[in-house]
Amino acid sequence: MTNRILASIFCGILFGIGLVVSDMINPARVLAFLDVAGDWDPSLAFVMGGALIPSSLAYAIKQYRSRPVFDTEFHVPTSRSIDARLVSGAVLFGLGWGLVGLCPGPAIASLVIGRWETVLFAVAMIAGMFAYRKAQSGQSAPLRLN
Amino acid sequence: MAHLNYIWPLSGGLLIGLSAAFYLLLDGRIAGISGLTASAFGWTGAGVSPLGIGFIGGIVGGAAIAFTYIRHAELTIVSSPMLLIAGGLLVGFGTRLGSGCTSGHGVCGLARLSPRSLVATATFMAVAAATVYLMRHLIGGL
Repeated sequence: MTNRILASIFCGILFGIGLVVSDMINPARVLAFLDVAGDWDPSLAFVMGGALIPSSLAYAIKQYRSRPVFDTEFHVPTSRSIDARLVSGAVLFGLGWGLVGLCPGPAIASLVIGRWETVLFAVAMIAGMFAYRKAQSGQSAPLRLN
Repeated sequence: MAHLNYIWPLSGGLLIGLSAAFYLLLDGRIAGISGLTASAFGWTGAGVSPLGIGFIGGIVGGAAIAFTYIRHAELTIVSSPMLLIAGGLLVGFGTRLGSGCTSGHGVCGLARLSPRSLVATATFMAVAAATVYLMRHLIGGL
């Protein structure tokens, strides 16, 4: 378990460095990429393209391995159903992302910059996750009739 | 906002991809930040996850290292407090409902050619672009 946690810290560090180096943490850069009808900035296409090279390679290597280095099995989602939850979740996320220009990774990484705006956004984001958790546990709770 | 040499987004992207690659091959998991954040709080149904805490703490540490030693990023944020709160709530709730964000669906999902992630990524990209269009060119409030 210790190795697994150390690996997650290591991967988090790489991810955090990547977000700052790529300028993904800058909402103005993200919005300029999303603004296809304005003065379009293609930077984020380079981030996405660059990220897909090592990750695609890793998923290709995974085919030839029965287990990861520090765990007994892979924990990769197997669901293939495209349902209303998936699409409506993506719609809500896209709306929030387009409004501000921050997605979850940059929202967390930008906390170290010390700007109140990103702190406010991150707190609201975590509140949104909590609200989802509450809504979900409310759904699965047994019905009480009285 | 100054133009950025494309070597920055490209090398940053490579680092993000490397992170996802190592997380898959070492821990066997998806480097999806929305799921990892929720798991750090114990909101994914499996209790508080030390891996989630480790990864999220790593992001904060890595960002601090890069900000101090590699690239002093300048953030431009023009959104009002109301928009920041609305955007944050939508991103938090939406990524949990849709099981992923830019990293989980965008980077990891596309890399493993998941049809769910392809649909999710196309959807949130299109909706985000439409939102920016609406805000900048139709309402002009952004």
